[in-house]
Amino acid sequence: MADGDDLPKLDDPLDIPCLKPGAMEGLEPYIAAPEHQAKLGFPGELVPDWKERALAKMAELAEKDRAFQVYLDACVKCGACTDKCHYFLGTGDPKNMPVARQDLLRSVYRRYFTFAGKHFPKLVGARDLTEEVLHEWYSYYHQCSECRRCSVFCPYGIDTAEITMAAREILDSVGMGQKYSNEIIGKVKEIGNNLGLQPKALQATLEDLEEDIEDETGVSVRIPLDEKGADILLVTPSADFFAEPHIDGLIGYAKVFHEAGVSWTLSSYASEAANFGLFIGSYENMREIALRIRKAAQDLGVKRIIFGECGHAWRVAYSFLNTLAGPWDFLDPNYPVPQHILEFTWNEIQKGTLKFDKSKNDHIRLTYHDSCNVARASRMGDKPGGQFEIPRNVIKAVCNHYYDMPDDTIREKTLCCGGGGGLLTDDLMELRKKGASPRMTALQQVTEDHGVTHMAAICAICKTQFSKVMPAFGYEMDSIVSVHQLVSNAIILTGQDTDDEEDDAGGEE
Amino acid sequence: MLSVIYAMLFYVATAVLVVGVGMKIRRYARTPAPLKIPTTPAPTTAWGVVLRMFREVVFFESLFKANKWIWLFGWTFHMGMWLVLIRHVRYFVFDIPWWLSFVQPFGVYAGFAMLAGLLGLWARRVLVERIRYITNPSDHLMLALLVLIVASGLMMKFVAHTDIIAVKAFMLGLMRLRIETLPSDPVLLVHLTSVAALMIVFPISKLLHAPGVFFSPTRNQIDNPREKRHLAPWAAKLEG
Ligand code: HEM
Ligand code: HEM
Ligand code: SF4
Ligand code: SF4
Repeated sequence: MADGDDLPKLDDPLDIPCLKPGAMEGLEPYIAAPEHQAKLGFPGELVPDWKERALAKMAELAEKDRAFQVYLDACVKCGACTDKCHYFLGTGDPKNMPVARQDLLRSVYRRYFTFAGKHFPKLVGARDLTEEVLHEWYSYYHQCSECRRCSVFCPYGIDTAEITMAAREILDSVGMGQKYSNEIIGKVKEIGNNLGLQPKALQATLEDLEEDIEDETGVSVRIPLDEKGADILLVTPSADFFAEPHIDGLIGYAKVFHEAGVSWTLSSYASEAANFGLFIGSYENMREIALRIRKAAQDLGVKRIIFGECGHAWRVAYSFLNTLAGPWDFLDPNYPVPQHILEFTWNEIQKGTLKFDKSKNDHIRLTYHDSCNVARASRMGDKPGGQFEIPRNVIKAVCNHYYDMPDDTIREKTLCCGGGGGLLTDDLMELRKKGASPRMTALQQVTEDHGVTHMAAICAICKTQFSKVMPAFGYEMDSIVSVHQLVSNAIILTGQDTDDEEDDAGGEE
Repeated sequence: MLSVIYAMLFYVATAVLVVGVGMKIRRYARTPAPLKIPTTPAPTTAWGVVLRMFREVVFFESLFKANKWIWLFGWTFHMGMWLVLIRHVRYFVFDIPWWLSFVQPFGVYAGFAMLAGLLGLWARRVLVERIRYITNPSDHLMLALLVLIVASGLMMKFVAHTDIIAVKAFMLGLMRLRIETLPSDPVLLVHLTSVAALMIVFPISKLLHAPGVFFSPTRNQIDNPREKRHLAPWAAKLEG
């Protein structure tokens, strides 16, 4: 596998490359094995009547989903989106331009479902559905991280992510699922989390963490699991249980809950905030995973639900949970369902319940990466744009040195980490590195201008992706940090042994 | 004879336009959006959505964020077009209201604005590599058709005048199911033929972007999923 040695050197994060037709042609992530497909209710391998089934699925989607139909009809090929995709910027492959990506499917839709395409295919760029087309779909619809950057700029809001999800759904329905996403969905359905972590192992991990915190601070901070009658159910990505820097974020949540004096619990049954059903565009699978959270909330008798740091999980939680697994009338109506951990922490900061020593983060200079799903597909707080302000507010409350990356690369225009949407798999490493290059270039700019050393994020996928690709851009693996890791560094627990005087130079971890 | 042919052409074109676009709109309106997918930050109230849509349709807000050149050409073309179309209302109403007389002089410049915008867009389509890549023959044809309409219109205005009164009588006649005599100036015939062609292709082409934009879930949804449960009828059935 090419290892992205030919990473583009960009002068500016948004430099537009010359077209390199075919640059990423034929790149295909591993296909799902029959047993993984079966768990999701999809055929195990390419079915003999794939063509009929694919077209039937397309017709079904047009019936069930307005976005699919309107977006396939409405595009005027104005070209406004052509330079907006980080995968295009990083690879130069014209099929990674959002409109060209849509056209891979639109051309087939036109051929079979529109007057112009049926009678004048050449004129409107319509084409027959063949096995090559199927493979082209499989390839390029797995070069889209469903980040929605293109939809911000399209005059009709055409969201290529919606087309990608539809295409993946069609591919699943004919037996061409992607191994990475589908295997993980199977694990959640069977065990409750993406990692396949069993309740016993989870319990042991959490106990170890409690010990670590006590060793470090001298305060006993609990990380409860499956505690009936707790007020708050915390649903967090399972990466928070073992991966760096995610786990430091989990410690941060625990410390905040401890100081706020609330009772909370994790659930082993719903031990996963991520919902990969989104990535494959499957309402049914997404719903099934979301319903685990409902069941956990009911079984444990909690009053509130809070989500940990995870981008697409927050999208599914904020935007879809009510639809998929609501109504939430059995929870406390005084709180939004669900809440984000940052909404909780920011609220406590404003109330003044948390005490910080900001100098504990003085050894690093920070910037913040807006995760796409949080930025463009959800909200925090009660004002539009709260998803940009609240994380920054919290970071600034716990750090002294904060600098934003260039305006065109943050907030609603944020650049994807390159690993979202079901692409966080080693078989796509080359794509992941190239797709990360615009973001990395923006980071390099604030490093040059302000000496930024670390980047904070609130998404499990972003964190994993960056810790993998940052070394290729001259940063240490641990230059990516959790926002609640910063909170954890700076927070002073009530009764904590403060050895400030001797130790104010280092203070991390 | 000529008048009859054009009368029929316009009846057919109008029927195709109205029925075709009507059917599309009905389909769009009836197809549910199963999930809340507004591109955020999004308005949290219905009023906010109306304003967002207004900014998109009138100012092309998102396009402005995306690309200043496309915005400049596209916006000039569309706004010119609306002025020209308003100016054209005089062929279809008997008495000219004051506001219609008021826009008449602007309408003339609008024709040139439209042309400039169209040529700008066309130039980009040919010159910019990325846009050339995504262009199909139909995209050129659509621009050609519009340029033809505008050029023939401007020709009538400035070079080969036609009998506007007669044109008006013809159009008013059509609306009352009577066929009056249409002047047989070639430029007028080109203008009218290409307008009819535009009306006919409207419901089967990318011109559906005009009704489509109002039905785009990323732009027309309210950002209130936590407060209000959104459920598509087919999804409600899953809950059994
Ligand atoms: C609600 C009304 C409409 C809105 C909001 C709208 C908006 C837009 C926008 C934003 C673009 C992309 C930028 C550009 O290329 O200009 C566009 C393109 C276009 N519009 Fe419209 N439009 C509307 C109605 C119409 C109508 C009625 C026509 C019919 C003559 C039309 C014809 C076109 C054409 C031909 C293009 C493509 C131009 C090209 O090839 O680059 N539009 N429209
Ligand atoms: C049935 C419909 C239409 C009729 C009967 C019609 C008729 C005419 C006539 C008679 C003129 C000459 C005006 C003059 O000499 O002062 C004209 C001009 C023009 N027409 Fe049309 N037209 C129609 C539709 C359209 C449409 C749909 C467009 C654009 C998309 C258009 C664009 C123009 C332009 C740009 C001019 C020149 C500027 C102006 O006089 O406003 N026409 N049209
Ligand atoms: S959704 Fe993101 S990854 Fe997909 S085409 Fe649009 S910009 Fe590219
Ligand atoms: S910006 Fe929208 S309308 Fe323009 S080419 Fe891209 S998808 Fe099509």
